[in-house]
Amino acid sequence: MTGEEATREMPATPVPRRRRPPAGNRVSTGRVVALHAGVIALLLALQFVLPSYHHGVLARVLVLAVFAMGYNLLFGYAGLLSLGHAMFFSAGLYGAGLSIYHLGWSAPSAFAGGVISGAVLATAIGVLALRTTGVAFMIVTMMFAQVFYLTTLYFNVWTGGDQGVVLQQQARTIPFAGSTIDLTDPATRYFAALALFSVVLFSVLALVRSPRGRVLVAIRENEQRTTMLGYDTFASKLVAVVISGIVCSAAGAAYALLFGYVGSTFASVQYSILPLLWVLLGGAATTLGPFVGTLLMYYLIDLSNDVLAAWAPGWNFSAIGIVGIALILLILFFPKGLLGSIRERWVPWLP
Amino acid sequence: MTEERASDMLPKTSLSRRNVLKGAGAAAGLAVGPGFVRYAQAQSSAPIKIGFQAHKTGIGASYGRWYERTTNAAVKLINEAGGINGRPVEIVIEDDGTDPNRGAEVVAKFANQHKCDIVYGTLFSHVVIGSAPTAGELKIPYYVVSEGHHVASTKLNRYVFQPGITDVKSQIQAMAPWIAANAGKKVTQIFPDFAFGYDHRDYLPPALKAQGADVIAQIAIPPTESSFTRYFPQIPADTDVIYHVMVGPAVLTFVKELGEFYGSNRPQLFGFIDSLEAVDINSPGLGFLDGSHFWEGSPRYAQPDDSDAQKAYRAAVGIDDNGAAVGDPKDISTAAHMFGCWETLYVIKKAMEDAGYRGPEDRGKLVEATEALTEFAEGPEHPQGPKTFNGKIHQCFGIQYISKVENGRLNVVHKTSIEDGIYEPEGDYTTMPL
Repeated sequence: MTGEEATREMPATPVPRRRRPPAGNRVSTGRVVALHAGVIALLLALQFVLPSYHHGVLARVLVLAVFAMGYNLLFGYAGLLSLGHAMFFSAGLYGAGLSIYHLGWSAPSAFAGGVISGAVLATAIGVLALRTTGVAFMIVTMMFAQVFYLTTLYFNVWTGGDQGVVLQQQARTIPFAGSTIDLTDPATRYFAALALFSVVLFSVLALVRSPRGRVLVAIRENEQRTTMLGYDTFASKLVAVVISGIVCSAAGAAYALLFGYVGSTFASVQYSILPLLWVLLGGAATTLGPFVGTLLMYYLIDLSNDVLAAWAPGWNFSAIGIVGIALILLILFFPKGLLGSIRERWVPWLP
Repeated sequence: MTEERASDMLPKTSLSRRNVLKGAGAAAGLAVGPGFVRYAQAQSSAPIKIGFQAHKTGIGASYGRWYERTTNAAVKLINEAGGINGRPVEIVIEDDGTDPNRGAEVVAKFANQHKCDIVYGTLFSHVVIGSAPTAGELKIPYYVVSEGHHVASTKLNRYVFQPGITDVKSQIQAMAPWIAANAGKKVTQIFPDFAFGYDHRDYLPPALKAQGADVIAQIAIPPTESSFTRYFPQIPADTDVIYHVMVGPAVLTFVKELGEFYGSNRPQLFGFIDSLEAVDINSPGLGFLDGSHFWEGSPRYAQPDDSDAQKAYRAAVGIDDNGAAVGDPKDISTAAHMFGCWETLYVIKKAMEDAGYRGPEDRGKLVEATEALTEFAEGPEHPQGPKTFNGKIHQCFGIQYISKVENGRLNVVHKTSIEDGIYEPEGDYTTMPL
């Protein structure tokens, strides 16, 4: 099947008000690539101007945004709501972290180990969980994630359980051309996080604009019709689960290497809900939405603490309360997330 | 799927100019928020800023509340007495949500944005371990009040200290002589199936063995369990002592079901008060614990032989004779742990004075000065009791209390010696580079 055939078939989705142009639109391709390259250039420039605290924050947000992008691929594009993505993130986290901690692997091979762990796990989970749809899919993924979480506790001797383990600084370096790249150095860490983010961002962009990505959207809109058109929807969904798992585990492996902590908190249900929140906030099925959502959520929590401390000292109100109110307002005014609503109202070509 | 469905459920709103302005205003507010204000360098008379990583939300919130009260009480006294090196102490509080990811972010925020001199005050082990790498990379001394064995295991780094509270390995080991001599020789352990329980699983049997007693059964209960009756038949019939360390909300059910299982004819019970911190010992369902014994880091209830230092400490923090907040008998303190905040702040004061600490450039000196400390005498600065400090493993050692539940109170029946809790060091932080 060629790309053109796929795009010709796609407008069959019976959705009114959809102002997004078909994927082959050449004018928008230029704009889209320019936009994404611009975002990355901006992030690159920020490395040199941000105060050190916000610089460190952004490195962390970039890694977590990769997690959110992996989640968005499955949830936003393929329409599969998983409540178990913490297991893919932590498969990467443990895959990379434990191979350094116990086997003394180098950072690059540990990263590869983490991604492979995620890919294997995602394939296995995908084959089993995709036998269900809708609410059952949510429950099955959540249960698998719970099994994964309890497994990390059960094998406490190796994983450190809920307390977790620390990767020492000297283990988080890459020998390169006679010197070493120290991933614990703030600037190096920022570049490493940005490199991962850029690679994933452009890969996701290429994927969702490709015929295969269009098939995923078609499945989300109407799976039966997509099947009738001759597509193997199970295979497409499985590929989506596996790619999503790979992206999330890459984020987990990067987290272990860059921030040096591996613990079961990241496998708990909270870290399955967070990417969902980030994606909803930034805009599901938008390429930049996950990053915007992750960043916004971070500063919502961070600034709420500051605002409370500055304006209402002694007032016994948790910052979480402010975050909750802010989220309600956002959903009221931007029901499709920030970028989703912006696309709907003003910038129809936004991918 | 969500895109279309969400828009169908919500009323259509066209975006008015006012909404756009609101959005723009909010964005501008974010940009000029407190986070972007540049902070001036600390002057010689400027306060010493201590970043307090507090569990204000999340599972540790009840501890966090009391850690904050104790911290404020100690800082007030320190400042009234002239501060540290002639400079007042300022506490900067950030909530870590009892989450290791947020914990690490908060440590970075203290170091890079608030320009704090040190970070202090974390309780939950996973937050300590998650935050430790950041503290080490930013080279900011990090004084925790956690009672975990993580610091003493020497698996963290040179910047992490635990000078104000003993670690769980030491606590467990110190219980063994009393249990073997007074409660019984055949011990069955019931513990939650995660790290906190594993400390007890791993450290108690060898300590009891050394006292001529044995652990005859170990029953691990999954953290998701809410009913416990089906585990009780696994308790061997010849058990003398049940050693229990269940934690969390399930503890009330656990005690109630254990009572139903045994009735009036029960073995001895020994537990760690961690399960009942911030919980009233007279809560409905806990009657079965009457006559049983608990480890306490520091007594919750006022004791007849309390030292003047202990009395002054309790008054300053604001707890009554029952260990509840003055004026609110339902607000039970976390007395067995929170004294560690008080004592840690005084250790920080001592170390900063020894190091002649002036500002962040002296952080290395502060680390070395803390490592050079060897003992803390009992007194107003250390009301829980005397302590020794091992600078190589960054951990203090002290006395422990064993209390009996009688007439709805916890009465201290035994104080261990410091030596009961001493073990062989597992490593040496001082060989690591600063």
